Amino acid sequence: MQRALHIDPKKCTGCLQCEMACSYEKDGVFNPSKSRIKVFTFHHEGRFAPYTCTQCAEAWCQKACPVEAIQIDAATGAKVIVDARCVGCKVCTIACPFGTVNYNSVTGKVIKCDLCGGDPACASACPTAAITYVDADWTGIDKMRAYAEQSLAGTA
Amino acid sequence: MAWTRKILRVDLNNGTCTAEALNMAWAKDYLGQRGLATKYLSEEVDPKCDALGPDNKLIMTTGPLTGTMASTGGRYSVVTKSPLTGLVACSNSGGFIGAEMKNAGWDMIIFEGKSAQPVYLYVENDTAELRPADDLWGKSVWEADELLHKKHQDPLLRVACIGRAAEQGCLYSAVVNDLHRAAGRSGVGTVMASKNLKAVAIRGTKGVGNIRDPQGFMAAVNAGKQVLADNAVTGQGLPTYGTQVLMNVINGIGAMPTRNMREVQFDGASKISGEAMHEPRKSDGKPNLTTNAGCFGCTIACGRISTVDRGHFSVENKPEYWGNSGGLEYEAAWALGSDTGVDDLDAITYVNFLCNEDGMDPISFGATVAAAMELFQEGAITTEHTGGIDLSFDRADTLVKLAELTAKGEGFGKDIGLGSKRLCEKYGRPELSMTVKSQEFPAYDPRGIQGMGLAYATSNRGACHLRGYTVASEVLGIPVKTDPLATEGKAELVKAFQDATAAVDSSGLCVFTTFAWSMENIAPQVDAACDGDWSVDKMLEVGERIWNLERDFNMRAGMTADQDTLPKRLLKDAATVGPAKGRVNDLDKMLPEYYALRGWTADGQITPETRTRFRL
Repeated sequence: MQRALHIDPKKCTGCLQCEMACSYEKDGVFNPSKSRIKVFTFHHEGRFAPYTCTQCAEAWCQKACPVEAIQIDAATGAKVIVDARCVGCKVCTIACPFGTVNYNSVTGKVIKCDLCGGDPACASACPTAAITYVDADWTGIDKMRAYAEQSLAGTA
Repeated sequence: MAWTRKILRVDLNNGTCTAEALNMAWAKDYLGQRGLATKYLSEEVDPKCDALGPDNKLIMTTGPLTGTMASTGGRYSVVTKSPLTGLVACSNSGGFIGAEMKNAGWDMIIFEGKSAQPVYLYVENDTAELRPADDLWGKSVWEADELLHKKHQDPLLRVACIGRAAEQGCLYSAVVNDLHRAAGRSGVGTVMASKNLKAVAIRGTKGVGNIRDPQGFMAAVNAGKQVLADNAVTGQGLPTYGTQVLMNVINGIGAMPTRNMREVQFDGASKISGEAMHEPRKSDGKPNLTTNAGCFGCTIACGRISTVDRGHFSVENKPEYWGNSGGLEYEAAWALGSDTGVDDLDAITYVNFLCNEDGMDPISFGATVAAAMELFQEGAITTEHTGGIDLSFDRADTLVKLAELTAKGEGFGKDIGLGSKRLCEKYGRPELSMTVKSQEFPAYDPRGIQGMGLAYATSNRGACHLRGYTVASEVLGIPVKTDPLATEGKAELVKAFQDATAAVDSSGLCVFTTFAWSMENIAPQVDAACDGDWSVDKMLEVGERIWNLERDFNMRAGMTADQDTLPKRLLKDAATVGPAKGRVNDLDKMLPEYYALRGWTADGQITPETRTRFRL
């Protein structure tokens, strides 16, 4: 079964455990500025929203890459940067409609979420289950259940 | 390692920024943050100096776990000599600025001297420079924060800033970071203003690494996170209700200081409680509380994000206050509410916004308003002094007006900015000031919680709950339940809490973890991260050393042991209602034992033996 990151912003507290877990997993340091997942704070609305790559089936970053440095991990479906090939041209950062591929000026390569090979560190670190790693075909199941419960209440 | 081993020294006289190596010998004795910065202060600053003069220094400091994945590992402190107490000040804050400082590669920033013109410090990793702040001076924290983000075109910039209250000399001004977190107590913001330093803006992209034993560290961190999640207080109570979970509990045991501490229970407590913040409003059906929020790395997330009812008189026609911002924590709700007799949740939420917006300690502000209200009731202050404002207890409109004036240093707000001690002296009734060593009390009446009386009397920064929170034991049963009305064993309890807290405050972690964590949970995280031995015993030894160092600084500043006391009201006037009815605080039954346990003389002096033991 293929899995996908599922994000429920309502549960997020903005603690950045996910950003630290991501950077630690990838770079061995706690460094939110190099995280592949970012948490956005909407102060006036009192909302937090973690955001990262959704692993598009038809990935524009991959299509845009002139050196085929973005490959598909067959096991997870993740679009993965092959560092040895990446020339840091940044075209993929322009092609991605969501801004989730970004350049790392320290390495001269781009970085993006690769689902940590099937065990995403951000999901493990999240204290509130705002980030989970679930059946890719059923990311809507919690929402469905909530509405199903509501409709049940209507028939009571 | 965990420390970056680098200090940024900012000379405001000459406008220079210089990097220097962290004194690792001191780090081994004082760990970091509170302890290590106090060591620097103690070595570099004459304790007798004018707190608001150029000879005082202001230190922003992180702990070795700041910026790591350890839960709550985002704390930083501001250490200086306090203009409110004349003693050592160490105010701790969460939010994100501490971790950013560490990510930029600095353990500590030491500000010395005084700038001729308003400036702010801009730090981008190794690069640090002072820049003109003429356009920021006179602005609130919130305005300055927005201007700095625009100026640098950098949404990821983190900012710590003072507001107009500090610029106007309010003696309990805070350094506010990330809009609504604050190094709140003892007037550390007033010191920053005295140096013409408006803000510190930091961007760090280096990351925090150099963990001594990465695998061991992550194992200890994950184990710690699990303990916090499984604990009823840190896993449920605090995320759901914040520290406001305490309002009804403390009121119930008759330890809720009310109307300038004349009473010990507040009839309006339930209206301003954590539970009330969840109640939908009549006007728009929304509760006061929008969501909880975590500081950097915190898996507890006790922070409150709230709104004020748009129809409430305090924000009518002020759309700039209709959005969400930092909501009430227990101390603020108590000081702004119970202590003034105001039971209007929207009014105190709005005033809390103002405290954040212009950098005022809501505890000292609320308690000073409470003192002013009693002075007014006693006829010592009249409407002639206040410019026509009726200072009667319980009046929400008065509280709101005074907050607006004090935030800007206008009118009678200038007097409120003096703090309770100086205000009561000015109006000839010093006995009405509810302070220890000139700092206002927090939200636990020591007649109903005896150990807190000793904790307040001996706290190194004046009345404060965060120097030895025996409430945990006396009320909540953490780590063991003790009788809040008993004095037996409290000297030992207070000392244990004070030492442990000093160590936690030096690590980069939040003291709220200790609702669930003991030193057995904390030491392994520090030990795995840092070079050297950081066993439980070593942590407690470091805590005790820090306590003695702070005491030593205070004594050198001119403090005397007869200041280790409480206002007469708490020692002579018995509680009239509740479980503590008939009780005063029996400080005299606890203090001699405490001195002995500390290794101090019967008159509170540190003995030569204790000095030697802690290498003071």
